[in-house]
Amino acid sequence: MSFPHRSDLEVTTRLSRHQGEAEARTLDGWRARGGYEALRRSLDMSPAEITEVVKDSGLRGRGGAGFPTGLKWSFMPKDDGKPHYLCCNADESEPGAFKDREVIRWTPHLLIEGCLIASRAIGAEHAYIYVRGEFFEETQVLNAAVVEAYEAGLAGEGILGSSWSCDVTIHAGAGAYIAGEETGLMNSLMGNRAEPWAKPPFPAQAGAFGMPTTVNNVETLAAVPMILENGADWYRQWGSEQSPGTKLWSCSGHLVRPGNYEFALGLPLSDIIFDACGGTPSGKPVKAVIPGGSSTAFLSGDELDCATTYEGLAEAGSALGTASPIVMDEDTDIVAAMRRIAQFYAHESCGQCVQCREGTSWVVRILQRIEAGDGRPSDIDTLYELCEQMTGRTICVLADSVVFPLESSLDKFRADYEALMKPSLVAAG
Amino acid sequence: MAENGAKATVTLTIDGVEVTVPSGTRVIEAAEHVGVVVPRYCYHPGIPSRPAQCRMCLVEVEGRPKLEPSCTLQAADDMVVNTASDTARTARQSVIEFLLVNHPLDCPICDAAGQCMLQDYAYVTNQLESRVDEPKRIMGRDRISDDILYFADRCVICTRCVRFMRDVAEDDSLIVAQRGDKAYIDTFPGRELDNPFQGNIVDVCPVGALVHEDFVFKARSWDMDATASVCPGCPTGCNVTIDTKENQIVRVKPRHNAAVNSWWMCDYGRNHLVMTNRGVRAEVPLIRDGGGDGDRGDLRPVDWATALDWVAEKIAALGSPGGSAVVSPDASNENLFYVRRLLDRLAVADATFQVEQGETAELPTVPTLKLRADRAANVAGAGIFGGRRVDALRNGAAADGSAGGGSAGRALVVLDDLLEGAPDDFGASAGFFLYVGTRLPGAARNADAVLPIATFAEMDGTFTNFEGRVQRFHQALRPPGLARPGWMVLSRVLARLGDGEAVNDVRTAFERMAAEAPPFAGLTWDGIGLKGAPAAEANR
Repeated sequence: MSFPHRSDLEVTTRLSRHQGEAEARTLDGWRARGGYEALRRSLDMSPAEITEVVKDSGLRGRGGAGFPTGLKWSFMPKDDGKPHYLCCNADESEPGAFKDREVIRWTPHLLIEGCLIASRAIGAEHAYIYVRGEFFEETQVLNAAVVEAYEAGLAGEGILGSSWSCDVTIHAGAGAYIAGEETGLMNSLMGNRAEPWAKPPFPAQAGAFGMPTTVNNVETLAAVPMILENGADWYRQWGSEQSPGTKLWSCSGHLVRPGNYEFALGLPLSDIIFDACGGTPSGKPVKAVIPGGSSTAFLSGDELDCATTYEGLAEAGSALGTASPIVMDEDTDIVAAMRRIAQFYAHESCGQCVQCREGTSWVVRILQRIEAGDGRPSDIDTLYELCEQMTGRTICVLADSVVFPLESSLDKFRADYEALMKPSLVAAG
Repeated sequence: MAENGAKATVTLTIDGVEVTVPSGTRVIEAAEHVGVVVPRYCYHPGIPSRPAQCRMCLVEVEGRPKLEPSCTLQAADDMVVNTASDTARTARQSVIEFLLVNHPLDCPICDAAGQCMLQDYAYVTNQLESRVDEPKRIMGRDRISDDILYFADRCVICTRCVRFMRDVAEDDSLIVAQRGDKAYIDTFPGRELDNPFQGNIVDVCPVGALVHEDFVFKARSWDMDATASVCPGCPTGCNVTIDTKENQIVRVKPRHNAAVNSWWMCDYGRNHLVMTNRGVRAEVPLIRDGGGDGDRGDLRPVDWATALDWVAEKIAALGSPGGSAVVSPDASNENLFYVRRLLDRLAVADATFQVEQGETAELPTVPTLKLRADRAANVAGAGIFGGRRVDALRNGAAADGSAGGGSAGRALVVLDDLLEGAPDDFGASAGFFLYVGTRLPGAARNADAVLPIATFAEMDGTFTNFEGRVQRFHQALRPPGLARPGWMVLSRVLARLGDGEAVNDVRTAFERMAAEAPPFAGLTWDGIGLKGAPAAEANR
């Protein structure tokens, strides 16, 4: 599962085409594959031109929220005399997602190149790559690549003989999910607890070290070099109007061929699950899919025809998120799965906001009780109410991340919950 | 805020009331202008950082999809804020229910019960029943410093304590440890909480999570009386509230005064004040009216009328003998004023006082708040009323009863100085030795009369702080035995000598002082109020 699988489905390997090639990790090997050409090209462009190309390409943030990347860059103040920073979010911690990791492991120079181009676009003098604490091998690979880049004059003072300078620093996190939230990431980078802060101030106003900062996901930045090299229209040949380009998919769960894939955006989700990944190993029907990583809403087995675009999955009542479908076959205990998801978020809550700190663990305790057979029908009402109270009232969206799967599982698999309750209680209401 | 073209004020509507506030004001503060106190935990007006993390102060703003935290939301023109809409109220109610998920509900043994923001808001939001019947997370309690206990289960993780230490005291030894519902307050590994201002973390705690060890389990809030007072620990004069129970000081808390101590006070002052009223006291007037022919007789207890008559007679008989005096820099302005009147009557020009010295401490972000080296409340007042400061009282001959001022035929007056280190025959040779004090030290045994007076905590009065600010304190305790305020006692002695009238209330005492002592000219008891007022410029 270390690199994209070939599948029966048409794959569009742009981002991932050099994954699995050991030489691509080295600078020489990367250059032989056309590496750093986009960076060279970007040096002849103004920051505004770079931003414009990315804006035209329609590239959207691949970290989950799908915010248009070019637009985000354009929020950075111009000529304000302050240092600007780029933070690459390599804290891939969403359960189900394992796509950024492969980009780093196999093509570290692609990420560095993307970081440098983005830094140039936003006027950053320093690019920080915040790597998830558990990514030991990835940190080593990245460090080696950064050393190579500095030695070859691709980073640091006077990049490629130009007058432009930009430092690249790898920062290993300490292993917290919430460090993947952009303000939590910057707090962690600054040496504080990885606690998200209430916006405003937005990162582009006062981010890392109080300076204008842009935070972009690994996959987003990795897509930038090819867009710059080939143009916005080239990138738009894939995907839809609102969701152009290709996307890495981390498919897991009950699948014959789980793993990383790259597809043009817009395929039906069922094609990815059944054609590319071969369906369930048991041959049983799919009961549920969480399409975008554990923080997105459940889709039931008969809702899989939706298009895999940001808008397509939103219409289906879920989200593209990090494009990390977790597939569950008919035998899956949805309550246990939901309890495990809730446990994850309860464990990872930073503890600032009351709704999240107390709510997530309360949800876990209710689900555990239902699982143990002590549930009451009123628990379902309570869970629904908790969903309402935990939505949109906190600093970040971690609490909402439990609500999406929880509320949808209650909607779609209420019978599973009730099956664990004593029949007499259910009948009594 | 002062950018070109920026408006100085904004006008918004809060709960249907239009209010104009300086631009930059946050909605939570703007709401207070119209009498709406939005419930809050993490917000504290004295702590600069506003993490907006307790989510208690969420309010509804017209045109905005989500509830907004009013502690960080800037008031803006035409903003329509609704703090009591159904959505906002339900949100607050749910925060209380969430906070009670793991709360031990040990109110019956909690020191904060009765003045707890969790209790209060549970009533305010009507969140009196919980749907939680799951087992609670139990963490227990810990000692967070030498003198502060931390009850982790009661903690609402508002982080006021951590942020007071970090933002106000600039001491980062206090942290939030762990995360999620296992988060708790602790000291940074390898560090100790050892800051001269750390006691304030107990005051900012909105619940009963942080408790002073010398207060724990001592008093229920409804059994205590609160009295506005001033800390006598040093000349800074921090405004405080004294909490008393059964005529004992059980707790001292800082009282907000932007010109002096902001929201804070130091630990020295806090501990000093709690201890200040303890110990054996002078409770009964004593006079030495027996004997004759060189035998001075013994001090004997008498009632006030007898004592005052006798003292007045003695003074009248002395005329203007001159002599010396020792006054206390801890005495109130009124006491010092009446002593000065008495000394003038006796033609005693020289009054000395000494000031105990101690370590200093500063609160970095509040320049006006400083524990000063002088360990006395009214050094300025003692100076105003003609006191001469000496480094070591007993080495200076002037006040030494046996060697100087107390010589035969002359007067010696001591106002509430403990006369530590004085020789056994202190004042024995004085023509008349009057001791007016709260306690009865050994060196006072040679006095001809001892008049027992109240401490500052047992009467009303004023102190003049280091920068000449005159501040009122109020009676928190009943004086022991027959002890009475110094101004009450001395005004009676003077009245018997034809100087003014007997004063029964501090207002009259203060007004006479303001009329006769130029530094206090123009000040009135009501005028200086509970926040104090500067004494006349020329005399600071």
